Amino acid sequence: MRIHEYQAKELLSRFGVAVLRGRLAVTPAEAEDAAIVLGAPICAVKAQIHAGGRGKAGGVRLARGPAEVHDHAQAMLGTMLRTAQTGPEGQRVGKVYVEEGCRIERELYLGMTLDRETGRVTVMASTEGGVDIEEVAARHPERILRVAIDPLTGLQANEARRLAFALGLRGELASRFVPFATALSHAYSALDATLVEVNPLVATLEGALVALDAKIELDDNALARHPELAALRDPDEEQARESEAKEHDLSYVALSGDIACMVNGAGLAMGTMDIIQLAGGAPANFLDVGGGASEAKVAAAFKILLSDPGVRAVLVNIFGGIMKCDVIANGIVAAARQVGLALPLVVRLEGTNVELGKGILARSELDIIPADDLADAARKAVSAAREAAARAA
Amino acid sequence: MSIFVDGNTRVLVQGITGSAGSFHAQQMLAYGTRVVAGVTPGRGGTRFERGTPIFDTVADAVRETGANASCIFVPPLHAADAILEAANAGVSLIVAITEGIPVLDMVKVKRFLQDRPGVRLLGPNCPGVITPGQCKIGIMPGHIHRPGPVGIVSRSGTLTYEAVNQLSARGLGQSTAVGIGGDPVNGTDFVDCLSRFEADPETEAIVLIGEIGGSGEEWAARYIRTNVKKPVVGFIAGRSAPPGRRMGHAGAVISGSSGTAEAKIAALREAGVVVCQSPAGIGEAMQHLLARRPARTALSGAPSSRAERRTRTAVRAASGRRAARAEGPSKL
Repeated sequence: MRIHEYQAKELLSRFGVAVLRGRLAVTPAEAEDAAIVLGAPICAVKAQIHAGGRGKAGGVRLARGPAEVHDHAQAMLGTMLRTAQTGPEGQRVGKVYVEEGCRIERELYLGMTLDRETGRVTVMASTEGGVDIEEVAARHPERILRVAIDPLTGLQANEARRLAFALGLRGELASRFVPFATALSHAYSALDATLVEVNPLVATLEGALVALDAKIELDDNALARHPELAALRDPDEEQARESEAKEHDLSYVALSGDIACMVNGAGLAMGTMDIIQLAGGAPANFLDVGGGASEAKVAAAFKILLSDPGVRAVLVNIFGGIMKCDVIANGIVAAARQVGLALPLVVRLEGTNVELGKGILARSELDIIPADDLADAARKAVSAAREAAARAA
Repeated sequence: MSIFVDGNTRVLVQGITGSAGSFHAQQMLAYGTRVVAGVTPGRGGTRFERGTPIFDTVADAVRETGANASCIFVPPLHAADAILEAANAGVSLIVAITEGIPVLDMVKVKRFLQDRPGVRLLGPNCPGVITPGQCKIGIMPGHIHRPGPVGIVSRSGTLTYEAVNQLSARGLGQSTAVGIGGDPVNGTDFVDCLSRFEADPETEAIVLIGEIGGSGEEWAARYIRTNVKKPVVGFIAGRSAPPGRRMGHAGAVISGSSGTAEAKIAALREAGVVVCQSPAGIGEAMQHLLARRPARTALSGAPSSRAERRTRTAVRAASGRRAARAEGPSKL
């Protein structure tokens, strides 16, 4: 789960990570008030959207004084900000963060995330701060220093010291780096993060170390034990159907095609999207209805699929392991009746209780196109979607 | 034996009284798996179906029944602890079915297990492991499996059943089907399974099912190139997946430019794996591959042919990788 910069900074500051003073604003008047309260000669007005690349897209603007802060906020709030990471439509700016300025002596990079190769959280540090770290990794990998954190000890002070010296920090700055880095790593663990990134980590002219930007991604699997973090979710940053799916604890990703899929199991769901593509069609979504879905959950999933206006055909592909085919069938029938099924529905069932499931569908008097295997199901779905498109044209 | 489990494996089920645990323990017993105990803290002293005793702790269960494998159906926030409990009790194979375990819990589990080499963890977020006709530990539908010569290793659950169904329909049974699971930090990887399949006399060919995210398939490809002579068919799910999105499995994310399906497919093909375009083509691909191989004698796997293979391998290694790729018709 992603959170905003202002939320990330608030969380990090609780762990003793140095951040600049700032206040959130949702109107230009609030932004102006924030600037007055902060009383800094220069303030940054920063669009609060989840996507990165805000700076280059005009989403971060410097202002001298409250009046300029007001004007920048007015220019940003309510507009669509398009960055390299938002996609062409951009993201609506609903909030801005007004932050005191600072005088930058140098910019570093400090981040941590899981390294799947080692199964350890790894700290990455670089003198190349304020730029896209993926670019640095591609062009100058030797400029990224790494430390794999041993879960037994957490990030050790000596490891942080080694990084500080390798980054070219000396004296006070090097000493400050150690508690900064270890506080960041404590935050990572305590929050159950999957990414904590400070880019840039700024050394100010006054010799302080401060997080000029902060990005945190949280482990979705751990949110159940962090209800206060789960509450930081911003539905405005989510695609509407994906948001709805989350409410029902469904795994759903919106795509751009016209064949909706409901599948049990992520691998098979991806495989189903793949085979639709191979058959010349375009999947409208990824949906894993899961291993123990109740009839209600299946019905909810079905309704979400059908709420996508671009969908012309639906493919249900269920191979029952934990998922029982009769439960799926009852869910489909219930949902179809509730929503009023008007689209071609191809259903392929296999596995636990398959005959029960097929019987339920057959007796339901719904207009279902049965398929015996995966290839057959894909062909029928693609064909149905094409016919529907042709009729609409 | 096939790999990991056989008719002698004695299984305990952690979380046996929960809804998933009880359903699947019943299914395992019905399949013929030797489910010798269940564990639910607080329900020790009671019994499950067919008289299976339930214990408060894994240690009690192991001491009283000699269980040597565990199947874990414990909810996500307590599952890591369940794995640790089984490891502490000396269980040699821990099959963690649970999906949704926090990543940092698994980072700690992995660290813990580093010091316990006698314990193998499979999963988490996996369907389990089955040696058809002998032992089923997990949630896979037993009835689609048949004993036979094809070993399967997969990150997916239901996509594996799809492959098994296709193979069984063509009379190609399975030696063992292993689900390594969809999480980014897990206990057993592709290479662990490939090495065992290669050494297993009952396995003649291997199916590898991967997906986007991580580099497990790339490591598998490297291993196959130098260490696996048996024919391998592969499928990688997620060619149609967009980058940067988690596609269900916590481990199924294309991160920047790494973890793409294309890169995995290329690496596996370079290693001589026959990679199917379509998930519907796995059975057929294996059928063709096995049909094209030189006929094996009934003594397939007998010591003399293994020694011959070792000599050939040594010669190949000496002549370099290029020679190794050119030889071996099963790699075309």
